Amino acid sequence: MAQKAIREYDAKSILAKHWDKYFPDFTYAYETVMVQNGSELKEEAKSKSWLNEKTLVAKPDMLFGKRGKNGLVLFKDAKPGDVTLEKAASWIDEKASADQSVYFSFDGDTPTGEPSIDRLTHFVVEPFTPHEQAEEYYVSATVVGDDDVIYMSAEGGMEVEEGWDEKVTEVAFPITATEEEIAEKIRANVPADVADKDKAQFAEFCIGFFKAYRELNFAYLEINPFVMQGNKIELLDMVAKLDDTAGFMMVDEWGNVEYPTAFGMEAKSPEVEAIEEADAKTGASLKLTLLKPEARIWTMVAGGGASVVYADTIADFAGIEDLANYGEYSGGPTTGETRFYAETLLDLMTREKDAQGRDKILIIGGAIANFTDVAKTFTGIIQAFEEYADKMKEVGIKIYVRRGGPNYEKGLKDIKEAADRLGLYIEVYGPETHVTDIVRMALEK
Amino acid sequence: MEQLYTKDTQAIFWNNNKTAIQRMLDYDYTIQRKTPSVAAIVAPTSGNKFEKFFYGPDEVMIPLFKTTADAKAAQPQADVLLNFASFRTAYDVTMEALEIGGFSSIMITAEGIPERLARAMNQTAREQGVIVIGPATVGAITPGAFKVANIGGTITNIVQSKLHRAGSCGLVTRSGGLFNELSNIISINADGIAEGVAIGGDRFVGSVFIDNLLRMEKNPAVKYMILLGEVGGTEEYKVIEAIKDGRITKPVIAWCIGTIAKYYDSGVQFGHAGASANAESETAEFKNKAMAEAGIHVPATFNDLPAKIKEVFESLNLDPIPEPEMNICPTVRRSKEFICTISDDRGDEATYAGFPISSVATPDTGKGIGDVVSLLWFKKQYPKWATDFIETVIKTVADHGPAVSGAHNAKVTARAGKSVVESLVTGLLTIGPRFGGAIDGAAKYFKHADDNGMDPKAFLNYMKGEGVPIPGIGHRIKSLKNPDLRVTGLMNYAKEHFPSTPLLDYARTVEALTTSKKENLILNVDGTIGILMVDMWRALGYSEEEINEFIESGTLNAFFIVGRSIGFIGHVLDEKRLAMPMYRHPMDDILYDVPMAEKI
Repeated sequence: MAQKAIREYDAKSILAKHWDKYFPDFTYAYETVMVQNGSELKEEAKSKSWLNEKTLVAKPDMLFGKRGKNGLVLFKDAKPGDVTLEKAASWIDEKASADQSVYFSFDGDTPTGEPSIDRLTHFVVEPFTPHEQAEEYYVSATVVGDDDVIYMSAEGGMEVEEGWDEKVTEVAFPITATEEEIAEKIRANVPADVADKDKAQFAEFCIGFFKAYRELNFAYLEINPFVMQGNKIELLDMVAKLDDTAGFMMVDEWGNVEYPTAFGMEAKSPEVEAIEEADAKTGASLKLTLLKPEARIWTMVAGGGASVVYADTIADFAGIEDLANYGEYSGGPTTGETRFYAETLLDLMTREKDAQGRDKILIIGGAIANFTDVAKTFTGIIQAFEEYADKMKEVGIKIYVRRGGPNYEKGLKDIKEAADRLGLYIEVYGPETHVTDIVRMALEK
Repeated sequence: MEQLYTKDTQAIFWNNNKTAIQRMLDYDYTIQRKTPSVAAIVAPTSGNKFEKFFYGPDEVMIPLFKTTADAKAAQPQADVLLNFASFRTAYDVTMEALEIGGFSSIMITAEGIPERLARAMNQTAREQGVIVIGPATVGAITPGAFKVANIGGTITNIVQSKLHRAGSCGLVTRSGGLFNELSNIISINADGIAEGVAIGGDRFVGSVFIDNLLRMEKNPAVKYMILLGEVGGTEEYKVIEAIKDGRITKPVIAWCIGTIAKYYDSGVQFGHAGASANAESETAEFKNKAMAEAGIHVPATFNDLPAKIKEVFESLNLDPIPEPEMNICPTVRRSKEFICTISDDRGDEATYAGFPISSVATPDTGKGIGDVVSLLWFKKQYPKWATDFIETVIKTVADHGPAVSGAHNAKVTARAGKSVVESLVTGLLTIGPRFGGAIDGAAKYFKHADDNGMDPKAFLNYMKGEGVPIPGIGHRIKSLKNPDLRVTGLMNYAKEHFPSTPLLDYARTVEALTTSKKENLILNVDGTIGILMVDMWRALGYSEEEINEFIESGTLNAFFIVGRSIGFIGHVLDEKRLAMPMYRHPMDDILYDVPMAEKI
């Protein structure tokens, strides 16, 4: 799914790993650890002496920003810069012990909107770095339209976010821009507010940053702020997304990077994880998202585009309250893969009866396939019916099928016969029926 | 280019995807194309030279190549690349094709190519004016002319959806599955499509909606256009702009799918990788509204799209499209077990490479055995100087007396009471690297040296390194002063009749060096034949690769086999005539040295 967010700790680790290649004229101490609790932090301190020797900063590392405004950055005990290892460890344990409310947007210092409530599970701990406000800078890069854009500012932290238009210089580059063109243009566009004596240094750092962004296949990369003291760099805060489709080329470059679920997002269910695992192993595509597992309409739709129009049509006719899942299978999955996919859905669907006592609806939809063999995939679905027929009858399920493509006549005939034999309610339609019309039919009953 | 493909368009198919290629050929047969739409297949790991496919009830062979460059060189008219490489290699394949040049469009099927690579590839193609369709697409079609791979599905569905002949709609979708569905809807509610493109589901695709719609605007066969967009991205706004500034004047019907996405936060990925709204203007609902305001025909829901198409189509009052004649693809076909490309016995008279036997057999035809060899071995009509040379070779190698090992074996076998054929093959089985093989070896090594620009000294050193004596050099008794007259004859013939003899000229410089070391290290008859054969093929216009292939496949040895068979048969018949008894080798001619086997 292309662009995936990674932890701040991983972003720093990737840059640190390639530091000398991209920033040969700068130093970065890479003093940072990620821990899940206080005792892990103390364990780290046995091998990393700076954790004992320096005063520290601790904060959650779970893909959300505005941690300062949410009161989730520990940088002082009695006064700024006096946090000891002991204090950091106890603070982490305290914050990890109960649900935390986190606001994602603020009006000034006042939170707006509803908070997300979830457990904090990952923290980064780094040395407290005393520095002047004037030594803080901002840099980020991402794709806008067809171009890569670098954003640079002489001011970091909150200031840049609140005064974006005045304080940020942006420069766009086509994908085919050469290193020389990029370097030249960045040097020519250093923000005016950067002190003259630091301009050259700043430009060199940004050139290295942008090269790293490009070559390491980041989809988004932000350092806000970084501190530049001569040739010494501190990365105070980072946000990054990777283009995970490049993963096969970046095995060594990225190292062991993980794509965590964002704070406040429900953890993936084992069923969804199982489908993802199956998807990763096949050349075909198997996708599943649970929207509302207690809802009554379930979809088992073939094709990326068709699955969307079915979801659209269900939303139009029934509203999203009734839609339990979104997903699709496509690209010619084998009978076995389709069976596994169908069984996962049927298992989820037959766990509870509808709260209002209605029949549930299973939409086995799809457009006219280009190359997926309908009879073969339907054989997998039929095998799943055989496994789950009793449960399906107990819960009460009406099945609506619409499909076309290679071997569709056989597929439709087989599934109809199987459902009849198993005593399941089924209606079956081919390409003569408009693709999403079975949704209307199902809901009019 | 007003039309993406024509009835003459041919493609190079990268990856031997047999099902998809067969679907293309079924389509070609159905619409009565003159040539198959796939001219060549690139299959880097295959050792085969062609793949068989059905063309209606018959079969055709499509050549396989190891590289795109080879395929393009062999089929320069094929200007469409169908890139079916995986997401790991699709970028390299596209970039290589762009470097080779000569492609007007490239279709890329892989899903999930790294974004930076996809962008670089799309941009490079755009700068060269090459249309990219995809990545992550099922392709495009110009009905009645050319169909990419699997688009449209099975041939039954294609005819059902009227994709076998041009209609009047220009269709552009993101999704491949819905492309098919839309074709079906359009065939039911209107008169089919004139051209259709599924641009692909990845976030970065080559040609976008506007590129395709602007081309269709110029295509007179397209009377109106249908655009099926998706939540995410801003490509639909470029279409709105083009309508506002008059670059698009034909009626457009459009719908963006993914109206449901607004109900969920961005954590839910609907459909394709490209389908994710980052701003309100990228939602399906917003885009549908904006398109309706710009005068595009937008239905109330996707379910209402068929009615909208019918309404717009009927308002255009177009003339009905005549249904063309078409072939029906048989549903049951059997692949042929054997292939023959040299002769044919199905007609009144059997033919050699197209020539009735009577037209080459009798003396009044002026044809000799050299002509028959050129037809049956090389499927070409060689000029007289070449067929005469072939005959000279056959005559020259026919026999070399009873003492050589092949003839000796044939004689021994005949004396054991075996038949002509058994005795003959015993002799023939002796032919190999040491007996008769010098022809192959000489051609191979001298050509290698000449191709690599080795001077005679370097060649001698090279052969020393290889650890083999130079094939074709050296004779038991003959020398420069006492020349082999067979060799002299061959050389004189070549000097007089060959357009040029570059390899022989080179070999003579090598001979000058070897004979300066030892008198009898002359170019012998085997060497001269092998080398002159190479010169003959060069003069006939064969490429170096083709000549190397002749050498590798043992063609040179074949001349020796044919010629020497004449001699072997002579020796066998001689034995039969003489009625010589069973041969037993005299024991005093054998060195016996048989120690007792040790126990281990």
